[in-house]
Amino acid sequence: MSEKSPVLEMRGVTKRFPTGTLANDAIDLDLGAGEIHALLGENGAGKSTLMNVLYGLVTPDEGEIRINGAPVTIQGPADAIARGIGMVHQHFMLVPVLTVAENVVLGQEITRGGQILDMRAAERRIRELASGLGFAVDPGARIDELSLGQQQRVEILKAIYRGARILVLDEPTAVLTPQETREIFGVLRRLVESGTSIIFISHKLDEVLEIADRVTVIRRGKVVGTRKPAETNENELAELMVGRAVSLSVDRGQSHPGDVILEVVGLRATDDRRHEACQGVDLTVRAGEIVGIAGVGGNGQDELVECIVGLRKPTAGAIRVAGRDITRLSVDARRDLGMAYVPADRQRFGLVLPFRLPDNFVLTRYAEAPYAGGFGGFVRQDGPIRREADRLAKEFDVRTPSLDLPVATLSGGNQQKVVVAREFRHDLTVLTIDQPTRGLDVGSIEFIHKQVIERRDAGVAVLLVSAELDEVLDLSDRILVMYRGRIVGSFAAAEAQREKVGLLMATGESRP
Amino acid sequence: MRTLRTRLAPTWAVASIPVYSIVLAFAVAAIVIIVSSAFTASGFDPLLPFAAYGRLLAGSFLSGNAIANTLVSAAPLMFGGLAVGLGLKAGLFNIGVAGQFLVGAFAAAVTGASLASAPTLVAMPLAMLAGAAGGAAYGFIPGYLKARTGAHEVVTTIMLNSAAVLLLTWAVNDLVRAPGFTFPRTGEIGHSALPVLLGRNLHLGIVFAVVTIFVIRWILNRTTLGFEIRTVGTNPNAARYAGMRPVLITALTMTISGLLAGLAGAIQMLGVIGFYAPGITASVGFDSIAVALLGRSDPIGILFAAILFGAFRAGAPLMQIETSVPVEVIDIIQALVILFLAADLIVRRVFRVRAPKVEIVEMATVTGSWGGTPPTSSAG
Repeated sequence: MSEKSPVLEMRGVTKRFPTGTLANDAIDLDLGAGEIHALLGENGAGKSTLMNVLYGLVTPDEGEIRINGAPVTIQGPADAIARGIGMVHQHFMLVPVLTVAENVVLGQEITRGGQILDMRAAERRIRELASGLGFAVDPGARIDELSLGQQQRVEILKAIYRGARILVLDEPTAVLTPQETREIFGVLRRLVESGTSIIFISHKLDEVLEIADRVTVIRRGKVVGTRKPAETNENELAELMVGRAVSLSVDRGQSHPGDVILEVVGLRATDDRRHEACQGVDLTVRAGEIVGIAGVGGNGQDELVECIVGLRKPTAGAIRVAGRDITRLSVDARRDLGMAYVPADRQRFGLVLPFRLPDNFVLTRYAEAPYAGGFGGFVRQDGPIRREADRLAKEFDVRTPSLDLPVATLSGGNQQKVVVAREFRHDLTVLTIDQPTRGLDVGSIEFIHKQVIERRDAGVAVLLVSAELDEVLDLSDRILVMYRGRIVGSFAAAEAQREKVGLLMATGESRP
Repeated sequence: MRTLRTRLAPTWAVASIPVYSIVLAFAVAAIVIIVSSAFTASGFDPLLPFAAYGRLLAGSFLSGNAIANTLVSAAPLMFGGLAVGLGLKAGLFNIGVAGQFLVGAFAAAVTGASLASAPTLVAMPLAMLAGAAGGAAYGFIPGYLKARTGAHEVVTTIMLNSAAVLLLTWAVNDLVRAPGFTFPRTGEIGHSALPVLLGRNLHLGIVFAVVTIFVIRWILNRTTLGFEIRTVGTNPNAARYAGMRPVLITALTMTISGLLAGLAGAIQMLGVIGFYAPGITASVGFDSIAVALLGRSDPIGILFAAILFGAFRAGAPLMQIETSVPVEVIDIIQALVILFLAADLIVRRVFRVRAPKVEIVEMATVTGSWGGTPPTSSAG
């Protein structure tokens, strides 16, 4: 095998879905030995479909796959693994109560004398593999004791242990801190040195430029270009991805903070397992100001936000809006005060998936005039509901063949727009947004960020929580860092350096 | 033609699995009939299912009397089906229709007997109201328990079914036993009876049942309460997020569900049975679950499903008399219908129906009640 010949070639891969849409339209992709090839594209562009074809989860209508020059048919994941293809999914496929070693060998256990598990041999093998990749793992640790970054390394180990020579990583950095991202990049470089080839799926432009040898951009099922990082830049890639020029930096403008609107004092709250998740949080948000909370997921941000919007009862402390104590008010009483909330998990909280779009557009206002009237507000008014749905769908560019479809049929980005459109009403006082752009593509992110700034400039107090440090840094006028249930740092936008904030997020200390 | 097809497409998407399940159930039951015919005096007869199903049809639809019998059997199933269906819309599985039915029937019987000589216009509505109130009260108990303590309604309603049977037996024996009868029973209902509108037995309760179908349909689809019920049933987290109170809706829905079950008991009491005696069976309670599932919890679907099950009850005797195929075959068909509904994968395979994009909520509630994760509201 010469250095030049690709280990993997996909030729003319076409996949048509029953609805007639082309998920993949004659896609060509090749992967050189020891190459990191990034696959870049918006949500629904067809990246996942293409990788599912490679992993045998989807049968293509046309096209050919060659591995080391020989045509192959891949009929399922077992087939793919046997041919040296490994996949690390965005949502990890690990058994939380098993140990690292048990997870790695699951299905390919090392046995002694036939049926007896030899975990010691397995653990030894795993340590060797890990040190070869430049990191240490404790093979006896349980998965649910590990951080997400550590879990991801276990996933990679699992694939390598199964003999993967071609590794597919689906949005591997989505859940990681900047430090963890840097570490995982180190692991990937070592993998490549040892001869593994990598397909790296992402929609984060800076990462792609940093790690990849080549970048292939897919838009609407077609390859629209392949670039080398040295010959391109973020703007060109974004334009290829979206099909038009996109402004990547948020034009935040000057903020003009007014009076304190939202005030949280000494807030304590427990999570669902009754562990104390918020251990005395104090914060204020002024009118016309965006306060961003940076933090690795699971440090109490969710509980804090749920207390503020009324979905969780704090165990101590107080929440005030414009001087009024709202700690004991119900969710709908808080909404009457002009509080709105974009939840982190749109499918669990923000939407009722089987309901049609209009019902979801008025989900949080269903009992208000003009959406309800007659018999003391008992009868729903279809006319106004539909008009509002029409208006919001147009204003927020929600793309759907018909408003009468269940919201479940929309793409993630369009679902998020439904939630945002509903919550960004015009009589807001406090807007709490949790992961407002999770899983969205650059075009939609740009749009939602603009809307957030617009609300701020209209005098709304905005509290932003996001696992994307860049989003917090780009949008916020003030940045708070949350670590283990406490606010451990506060920065004005101008003085918040990425490294400083990232370090505080990861360790709770401002010095390593 | 095309417009008609596109118009009907959404309905068919909902109705196809139930319709196919019925077809499949009849087909499998036909095999049972053919095989079992070999062991009877008349001998093996591959055409027997046609004769049997023909008589079933004749006994249920092919004469005025037959239609009346079908509707009389269907009316309590409409109420009962609505009771279960409404619960499923809110993510609740009310297995307690049997008990609520009995309490409603008892309340209607006792009230009816005490007003036996009052004018019908006074006695009958009051007896109906008593039945509704009795069922509602008995549905409120599991609703309150669930809202207050999180006790699962499947467990509490099963227990309450047994409690109802025993309590009412005691009540008839020791509290309200009418004098002059050789066995414990309530008194004659006299003027409290539902007036017969047509023929021998087509009573006013059928009109009530059909009207109630449309009232519940209106509440579910057009009111804020219906929206709350559906939201709580589909996604309790989103309901809380939207400012609804799932706990309150849960208790209220169980109460309305009990009220409907109580009305089923009341019309059966005041239109058919006439008095309460221990041992009155509440097969309506369990058939109602089948009706609600077959009707996909949709009031109109429940209307048709109740008529189908009513037709089974009405036509089965004629089938048995004229073809010697026992009435129990009906139970087989009913059971198969539910089996195929629950195992809809089989139906999809046989008829090549594509899976829906959105999960069938009501079946998830039912199957989730045993060991799975039912969509419950978190206590908050």
